[in-house]
Amino acid sequence: MSTATTTPRRELGTGRTAGTRRTLEKGPSGWLAVPALAFFMLFAILPLLGVLFLSFTSWDGLGEIRLDGLSSWNTVLADPVTGNALLVTAKIMFFSFIVQAPISLLLGVFTAASQKYRAALAVLYFVPLLLSSAAVAIAFKALLDPNFGLGPGLGLPFLAQDWLGNSDLVLFVVVFVIAWQFVPFHTLIYQGGVRQIPASLYEAAQIDGAGRIQQFFNITLPQLKYTMITSSTLMVVGSLAYFDLIFVLTAGGPGYSTRLLPLHMYLTGFKANDMGAASALGVILVVIGLALALFLQRLGGKNRNASQLEGA
Amino acid sequence: MTSTTELPTAPAALPQPATTRRRPSKLGRSRPNFLGGLGGWIWLAIIIVPVYYVVITSLKNQAGFFTSNPMLPPAEPTLDNYKLVLENDFAKYFTNSLIVTVGSVVPALFVAFMAAYAIVRGKGRFLSWTNNVFLLGLAIPLHATIIPIYWMITKAHMYDTLLALILPSIAFAIPVSVLILSNFMRDVPNELFESMRLDGCSDWAMMWRLALPMTKPAVITVGIYNALHVWNGFLFPLILTQSPDTRVLPLSLWTFQGEFSVNIPAVLASVVLATLPLLVIYVVARRQLLSGLTAGFSK
Repeated sequence: MSTATTTPRRELGTGRTAGTRRTLEKGPSGWLAVPALAFFMLFAILPLLGVLFLSFTSWDGLGEIRLDGLSSWNTVLADPVTGNALLVTAKIMFFSFIVQAPISLLLGVFTAASQKYRAALAVLYFVPLLLSSAAVAIAFKALLDPNFGLGPGLGLPFLAQDWLGNSDLVLFVVVFVIAWQFVPFHTLIYQGGVRQIPASLYEAAQIDGAGRIQQFFNITLPQLKYTMITSSTLMVVGSLAYFDLIFVLTAGGPGYSTRLLPLHMYLTGFKANDMGAASALGVILVVIGLALALFLQRLGGKNRNASQLEGA
Repeated sequence: MTSTTELPTAPAALPQPATTRRRPSKLGRSRPNFLGGLGGWIWLAIIIVPVYYVVITSLKNQAGFFTSNPMLPPAEPTLDNYKLVLENDFAKYFTNSLIVTVGSVVPALFVAFMAAYAIVRGKGRFLSWTNNVFLLGLAIPLHATIIPIYWMITKAHMYDTLLALILPSIAFAIPVSVLILSNFMRDVPNELFESMRLDGCSDWAMMWRLALPMTKPAVITVGIYNALHVWNGFLFPLILTQSPDTRVLPLSLWTFQGEFSVNIPAVLASVVLATLPLLVIYVVARRQLLSGLTAGFSK
């Protein structure tokens, strides 16, 4: 730390004009980034390589790790549950995006404008942001109980079914709970995006006599392009992280109907004690995550993050 | 405090906040948005009903739970469920969560801030490469790395300690922190740094005496965002800890649910208790939290 404070000062003192120029151009030492980089390398990049390595081994989680060639990959690829987990992941990703994106866009536009009861709305709208997925899952488990939950409470028979025990329905219940928890976060992102749209655009449109709906489609939507990309990327890549919620809500069941890929990986590794196969699933997860993120950034064209990602 | 929360980009964007503040009121004065209002109220109902159900059920006793209408408040509200939860080491789990959250967020902020400063102010291959590593890190699904992390933590004899939760949490908080902090820091005018440099200031001093005060709203945003994530984190505790001594709140909800599966009101009381601290903080610091999160992700 003391060296960091003294070196630039000495450089300033030595070469009067040329030296000053050079120090200004050089900027701070790269060493400042090293602690963050080291942490990230040790606990993210290294494990990323580790999961690739472990996918070629067999390990029960406690004993010796043995190199085992492609046997874990063969197990995983031959297992129909893997294909099913991929399908469930894709379904949850698709449906939760279809449900969340329009709702959070509209709510974001709505909450960005001023309206009555704004303070009260703002307190309540964003409460789900604070809850842990475990809490949300437990709450909905109780609420959806066919005997003591919402259905009998409202006296609506069609609401009083075994939502979480019916393999045809459960996926949509999961999607609904995901939306309940994550729409507020994306609403917030859109709200911020809308507030950055220059007011002059709307003023000009109003002078031209454009109505609210025309303004929405011709100004708001095009101006929100990058916000949509940010939000969509977080939604799609984030759907690989609904693990906690689904783990507590359905534990992947009934049967395999909500066992998405991260959950399948966890159960394979830590319940069935096959860390090799679980690692192969982890590799698949990483490849899908990276591919989706890169695809979405490309879709957005040249924004700041895209250009930087392309350089990577 | 309130003025800075409204203007997260205060250093650079002086004219912008004025326009952003003016527009909503103008729109508001035009015809009311009935459709938007209707949708807004419907969504509000969707948000509220589960919360309402959890709170009223947590105040029922077992008999009341089985006999009364689930959507009606209890005839004789009771706090027994809360007493039961508090007697079940709630305080210990709360403390564990607090230690893990503070222990992760503060170091993560510290190292991420230094890295963001170097990335924004510095030049060279190494720093642009570092930045790319962090950007790529945003796209890595955290769950894929848990098996090697489990192996590392076991090998380091840290399994079932709070440190086992803190170390990976710091690492996973870094990419998003660096991204948001560096986005904000780019708006600090270069002239300010140059004049400080001419006064003979070192980078270390510029970082803490100029960059930090100028990006304070972003630092608070990043701190809150990471704190929420770590506080609510479930996966690392599930995999890296085992005993009640190292249990954190989200995991305690899950284990409590297993132990008291027949006593739903008690389980829901534990949900309320685990959420209450965050709710209090939210009501007090709502403006800061919402404007910070908004600005952090829409830049």
